[in-house]
Amino acid sequence: MATKDVIVLADLLGTNKKIASDIRTELERRGILAVNLLSSPGAGKTSLLEQIAVRLRDTAKMAVIEGDIETERDAERIRARGVPAWQITTGGACHLEAKMIARVLPQVPPESEFLFIENVGNLVCPASYELGERLRFVLLSTPEGDDKPKKYPKAFTTSDVLVLTKVDLLPYLPFDLEKVKAEALELNPRLQIFVTSAVTGQGLDELIAFLWRARRDLTARHA
Amino acid sequence: MHELSIVAGLFETLSAQARENRAARITGVTLRIGRLSGVVPELLESAFDMYKKGTIAEAAKLTVEVVPLRVRCRACGAERGVESYVFLCAACASPDLEILQGTEMILERIELESDDA
Ligand SMILES: Nc1nc2c(ncn2[C@@H]2O[C@H](COP(=O)(O)OP(=O)(O)OP(=O)(O)O)[C@@H](O)[C@H]2O)c(=O)[nH]1
Ligand SMILES: [Mg+2]
Ligand SMILES: [Zn+2]
Repeated sequence: MATKDVIVLADLLGTNKKIASDIRTELERRGILAVNLLSSPGAGKTSLLEQIAVRLRDTAKMAVIEGDIETERDAERIRARGVPAWQITTGGACHLEAKMIARVLPQVPPESEFLFIENVGNLVCPASYELGERLRFVLLSTPEGDDKPKKYPKAFTTSDVLVLTKVDLLPYLPFDLEKVKAEALELNPRLQIFVTSAVTGQGLDELIAFLWRARRDLTARHA
Repeated sequence: MHELSIVAGLFETLSAQARENRAARITGVTLRIGRLSGVVPELLESAFDMYKKGTIAEAAKLTVEVVPLRVRCRACGAERGVESYVFLCAACASPDLEILQGTEMILERIELESDDA
């Protein structure tokens, strides 16, 4: 009997990273700005996408991929706003993986300008999986509490944008907006922060303007 | 819990490695898991023990080395470990930090046994 030691040095997420990188290349070549939205369940991802749809649908071509463990509900909510949407049901998995996006991608109109991917509601696992996005958004809703960034650091350190949601509820909650911003920036000094409400519309025009700027940067780079 | 899907991917690599090296068994597996990799070493261990039954790594011992988070400041060059996730240079307060280690999730090494000489 012979024994042997083999140094492997393989990235455990290598397969996902490879697929994500292929998706990113393809999307950027087509000029599609892809955004991956992360948050805990119910933080307001679909509500934010509904509001973005209302503000973008007449001037831009957008598409949405919805990730959930079960049901078509979120995709139906987006379609009701006149925007094409595809539902991925993971059947139990707590996060989307790049291979799931790769399967849906052929259906996304090639002339799309924006592709939003709503991840499964979970502030932990989705943070480890690149999907080929250009921008990662993490949403944090005011009822969840202002201590969340430090408790779930990976979602905040890997994101480009923090969207604070449901700020219309601030009068009823012990939520310190400035403390959250400061702690999130400690985790990730590059985070861009938007303070929003899907109910009052606060902060959404700024977010839309940011999305257009990001898409211009993308197409300028690949012109 | 995405530890199970990570372990599923790990086992694909393990069986490919065993085939390549004509091994009959895998007796040891060493992973290097960053403090900010997003996985929990204990959950990885349970997932591994659950998954290995009936595989070529049935008797394998799993070792998980946890890698602390270290950064280097691109402004002043200072290097340090990061506690409590404050990503600002302790020397010059610059936010322009390069992560040197601590986010990785790596299969470092395996021990194999083969029956023939
Ligand atoms: N007051 C208030 N409620 C909101 C706001 N945005 C969303 N909600 C409510 O929060 C609940 C969850 O919103 P969703 O948009 O479904 O949240 P989600 O993140 O998509 O949820 P999952 O996909 O299940 O993870 C719904 O009842 C929304 O009406 C907001 O800005 N203000
Ligand atoms: Mg939703
Ligand atoms: Zn410095």
